[in-house]
Amino acid sequence: MSRNSRIGLLIVIAVLAVLPFVLPNAYYLDVAIRMCINAIVVLSLNMLIGFAGQISLGHAGFLGIGAYASAVLPTHYGWPPIAALGAGAAVSGVLALLVARPIFALRGHYLAMATLGLGIILAMIFRNETAFTGGPDGIAVPTLGLFGYELTTEKQWYWLIAAMLVASIWATLNLVDSPFGRALRALHGSEVASQAVGVNIWHYKVAVFVLSALGASVMGSVTAHYVGFVTPNIADFFHSIELVTMVVVGGMASVFGSLVGAVLLTGLPQALAKFEGWETVIFGAILMLTMIFLPKGLVPTLAARLRRGD
Amino acid sequence: MLAQFLQFLFSGVTVGATYALAALGFTLVYNASHVINFAQGEFIMLGGMLTVFFLASGLPMPLAVALAILIPAAVGVLLERFAIEPAKNADVVALIIITIGASLVIRGVVQIWLGKGTHALPPFSGETPIDLFGATLRPQMLWVLGVTAAVVASLWYFFSRTLAGKSILATSYNPLAARLVGIDTSWVLFVSYALAGALGAIGGILITPITLTSYDAGIMIGLKGFVAAVVGGLGSGLGAVVGGLFVGIVEAMAAGYLSSAYKDAVPFVLILLILFFRPRGLFGGKLTDRV
Repeated sequence: MSRNSRIGLLIVIAVLAVLPFVLPNAYYLDVAIRMCINAIVVLSLNMLIGFAGQISLGHAGFLGIGAYASAVLPTHYGWPPIAALGAGAAVSGVLALLVARPIFALRGHYLAMATLGLGIILAMIFRNETAFTGGPDGIAVPTLGLFGYELTTEKQWYWLIAAMLVASIWATLNLVDSPFGRALRALHGSEVASQAVGVNIWHYKVAVFVLSALGASVMGSVTAHYVGFVTPNIADFFHSIELVTMVVVGGMASVFGSLVGAVLLTGLPQALAKFEGWETVIFGAILMLTMIFLPKGLVPTLAARLRRGD
Repeated sequence: MLAQFLQFLFSGVTVGATYALAALGFTLVYNASHVINFAQGEFIMLGGMLTVFFLASGLPMPLAVALAILIPAAVGVLLERFAIEPAKNADVVALIIITIGASLVIRGVVQIWLGKGTHALPPFSGETPIDLFGATLRPQMLWVLGVTAAVVASLWYFFSRTLAGKSILATSYNPLAARLVGIDTSWVLFVSYALAGALGAIGGILITPITLTSYDAGIMIGLKGFVAAVVGGLGSGLGAVVGGLFVGIVEAMAAGYLSSAYKDAVPFVLILLILFFRPRGLFGGKLTDRV
């Protein structure tokens, strides 16, 4: 881990530790929790998109699998929540493993099409299998019990998710600097060149896809327990797009960019709620302007500018 | 048996024609600028919604239709000039997000301006159904097929018989070489985006009397048009038309014989199966690696 990364991580820890004491009310705490949840998902998605250079327009599908596993298995079959979370992750992982090979034979727009299709099919299953999933109306999720404790208050949830976020950042920073991370960046640069120096590109593409699917699935389960309710919207095409947007606006292949992207784009719709009706237009315009003027994303662009200033 | 099959086939071909027009829009934009335009579906929505609006404000039908085609074409041109052109060196993902941002802006403006309601258009020439081997054919279906066929025929003529069309094809093969022989490539971009907007709008106007329209009607049709373009192999005009009809027919058959709840999932299952076995679509060329 570089010195800058270590400082960055410490700043994040400090902010997370102070936040619950300065936020004025439960509404802001709720927004902060959602930001942290999205940040964890975006960290794992950025491994796939930013570092390995493989686009996924259907990642919300894996969030959906985790969320519905945590809703359906305890409700209909009496599973303990942790086992349901594990089962969801297992299903996501196996599905990712099965489709990874044929999907990664595809490039560019064809890969975008295939992952988009996968996500849409999953969302439709959640919407249509009403007997299990409650259909478009959604389904209630039981509270999450951990080691005999029930998570009920916002504060408890905040500390759990803040801790998960710190752990994810630490793990991602280490992973990026490991041989695994270097291999991913190599295959992003040139697949043929990395094969020539002995990188098994299949192995790495499949591994990073499965890893990001697992991350999304676990966070889907966590979201379901936190919100206490799941609707098919969690697996929607639009949610997939939101996640990709967080990656790209924050900065591809940038760990701290993932955080910035998640925080900004989770906060933005809340801030725009005042502009009744105009929020879609403003959200869309901000996406376009960021990509036109900062195509590398906020954090890498600003970092480059700072370095030039030195 | 036959009557039922024909009924499914008619509705499949009709909706497939709309997909084909959308897929042609995707193809034109892809060939001109290597961008997948996720706002293509909004052109379809604009066509339907604008026709409804202009008719309601008292304009005669031909004028309403003309405006409902011209405005989306202009929106396409604006999109290219002010959003795609300044970012043309950006990553594929960045370009995809720009077009998604554009689709949100268009959808949002229409939602504020014309509301969230669902709107209908009267069929162009009456509602007396035509009986054909026991299946009923609505007159509007003939309009959809006839106009689509005419549009495809004129596009074919434009691209294979006129200098302007050929210069667009040349640019899609190699923009640099096209510039060297004196083709104005920025004019090519202009025409391609305008045509993509107009084609989407035409599809939207034709299908609205059958399927109704609303501010968010473009999302699904647009994505299915993308599926159709990929089925045919991105960049192939013939592939887009065949892909559109194929996707429409398979969807209608699956909805009729298998499950209508999963009607909208059919194109996506289809595209996954096709891509797994033919990674460049049915009509796409061989996969080559550029190192």
